[in-house]
Amino acid sequence: MSLRTPMSKVRGLGSAKSGAEHFWRQRVTAIANIPLMILFVAVLVSNLGGNHASVTASIGSPMIAILFLLIICSAVYHMYLGMQVIIEDYVHGEGLKIVCILGNIFFAVVIGLAGAFSILKLSFGS
Amino acid sequence: MADSNTRTQRPLSPHLQIYRPMLTMMMSIVHRATGAALYFGTLLVIWWLVALAAGPDHFSYVQDIAGSWFGRLVLFGYTWALVHHALGGLRHLVWDTGRGFDLELVEWMARLNLAGSVVITVVIWLIGYSAMGGL
Repeated sequence: MSLRTPMSKVRGLGSAKSGAEHFWRQRVTAIANIPLMILFVAVLVSNLGGNHASVTASIGSPMIAILFLLIICSAVYHMYLGMQVIIEDYVHGEGLKIVCILGNIFFAVVIGLAGAFSILKLSFGS
Repeated sequence: MADSNTRTQRPLSPHLQIYRPMLTMMMSIVHRATGAALYFGTLLVIWWLVALAAGPDHFSYVQDIAGSWFGRLVLFGYTWALVHHALGGLRHLVWDTGRGFDLELVEWMARLNLAGSVVITVVIWLIGYSAMGGL
């Protein structure tokens, strides 16, 4: 016999109140990361040995700038989700856990914005 | 999130040291470890992008560090972690469909993951060195 209410079963959100949303977003970004990462590595390799002007022209060009913005969004969100799981698995003290989870959010936002701003600056010119 | 500070002296379930190390278990640990390494490694990628946006002086400074033997070692490790985590992720996506749980297949996928990560990493670096005229 289940003690869950009919409403709880219909919502299917579980004790974390978010259902499978975290799992789903991890998978969406994982799938997005595969083609984006292959292109990202290809662009980086093709820019090896380039000087500042040539690399700026390459990464600032519209197609590559869009690719880099996409990979920053997808990869940073993916790593944010992953680190949250690691923290929840290994950090058991309630206070330290909240500090770590806050730190994870701030780290991801700062990294993501710094990367996105750099791409836009390269693309739109200084 | 239950408050774990209320935990008393309960018996613990068997932990890592109890089990004989197995390939699939090591691959699981390495998948998480590479994920965590990539998390902090992303800082280096963003640093490189910010330096590129900041101008030629900053860029050449970062390029010199990245091009040093230590920089290349870190980048090589970063490449391997990226490839290994990506291949490990593909395994997880297969499992997400409910397939691929046959024990022999699981073992085979783990070996393919490990071998593939090394081969692909080396190939990427060979292409890189040949692009720079180093081969």
